[in-house]
Amino acid sequence: MIELSGVRHRYQDREVLGGIDLRLTERRIGVVGLNGSGKSTFARLLNGLLIPSAGTVTVDGLDTRRDGPKVRRRVGFVFQDPDVQIVMPTVAEDVAFGLRGLPKPEVNAKVKAALAEYGLSGYEDHAAHLLSGGQKQMLAMASITVLNPSTIVFDEPTTLLDLRNRQRIADRIKTMPQDAIVISHDLDLLADFDRVLVIHEGKIVADCLPEAAIEKYVAIAETT
Amino acid sequence: MLGLHHPGHSPLHRSPAGVKLLTLLAVSTVVFFLEDLRILAGGLLLAGSLYAVAGIPWRTAVRQSTAVVPVTLLFMAAQWVLVSWHAAAAIGLRIAVVVLLANLVTLTTPTSDMITAVERALGPLRRFGLRPERVGLAIALTIRFVPVIAEQARLVRQAQRARGVRFSLAFLTPLLVRTLRMADGLGEALDARGWESSAQ
Ligand SMILES: Nc1ncnc2c1ncn2[C@@H]1O[C@H](COP(=O)(O)OP(=O)(O)OP(=O)(O)O)[C@@H](O)[C@H]1O
Ligand SMILES: [Mg+2]
Repeated sequence: MIELSGVRHRYQDREVLGGIDLRLTERRIGVVGLNGSGKSTFARLLNGLLIPSAGTVTVDGLDTRRDGPKVRRRVGFVFQDPDVQIVMPTVAEDVAFGLRGLPKPEVNAKVKAALAEYGLSGYEDHAAHLLSGGQKQMLAMASITVLNPSTIVFDEPTTLLDLRNRQRIADRIKTMPQDAIVISHDLDLLADFDRVLVIHEGKIVADCLPEAAIEKYVAIAETT
Repeated sequence: MLGLHHPGHSPLHRSPAGVKLLTLLAVSTVVFFLEDLRILAGGLLLAGSLYAVAGIPWRTAVRQSTAVVPVTLLFMAAQWVLVSWHAAAAIGLRIAVVVLLANLVTLTTPTSDMITAVERALGPLRRFGLRPERVGLAIALTIRFVPVIAEQARLVRQAQRARGVRFSLAFLTPLLVRTLRMADGLGEALDARGWESSAQ
């Protein structure tokens, strides 16, 4: 469970998130908001990639301020741009990257299972930078999944993808066993989520079921 | 020389990465003291036949090696003008032998094995504060990102040509911005992939 209390965040002296108190327990949580409203900042607070200027974020009781590495093992993160997330030259090596230190047979078994799960079997020795955008995003998800996090945060996972790849990622997000927190401008993706947060100018202005949240978001978009 | 692994099961593929790297180092050193053109030509032939042993198609071999041709020709021309045709031929053959063998090692060894071998070799330097894992990571990232940055450079050049700029050093600015932004994102991604925990 991820809990935020009294969270504020400022870059230099501009406050971009203010007064957030939340308990995130649902299996599928969506986050929407206009460009620059603070969504990515919010997401990065959840696994300690950013430490809040004030307040605390805890994951299963671990404070992101003190237990960054432990928190990041529980909360995985998939970024918008797959190109920067792939670290190793080939597909299998990239998935194995986070498993350093485990015995080789165990690593191989985990890599194999993860690649199969994300439709990348047969691409083991393929150069990672030559995959299509959708395959790269699948690889990014596979590489995070092998670390066995209990929650995965996605920051606009489908923005750069075509319709077919978007569909694939959407299906994976729906069926994967981990909890998901998904930031997206793609409202259809969030339509059957358990909970949707609307962020506007650094504040949570709605926190409800998708339909009502999306209505609120559309109203904000029309009046600003 | 930043070619990728060409998977296979030949004896060359199965030899340990450390052995291959050390052999490469030794052979390269010896080659640079050889003067006899017949011996060097023999070496070239031998290096070429090792590709057959490894089962690597000649096309892959050629593709991997063409990048160094211009520089080699430049060296040869300089030697010819300054020393003799014999020196030019010798330097050409030496470079060819070493490049072919180096590429052969890259083609028959997964990057991760190569990195593990380097990390192990650097292990004793840990006492002096060196972190072999970091060196290994740096090598992996270099191999991974050289083609990506080359691609970025191509895109930036294209965008400029589309706007009617023929060639301008100004293309370095957007390339630098993109590269730095990528480095920033990459640092974050490494954090998210739990790198810090394995490096400590
Ligand atoms: N590293 C930074 N330094 C300074 N200001 C920043 C930084 N990152 C974000 N900001 C600012 O904080 C505000 C919120 O940014 P954030 O990236 O969280 O928005 P977002 O909701 O994710 O937007 P988008 O939909 O465009 O991705 C923006 O005004 C942005 O300019
Ligand atoms: Mg964002």
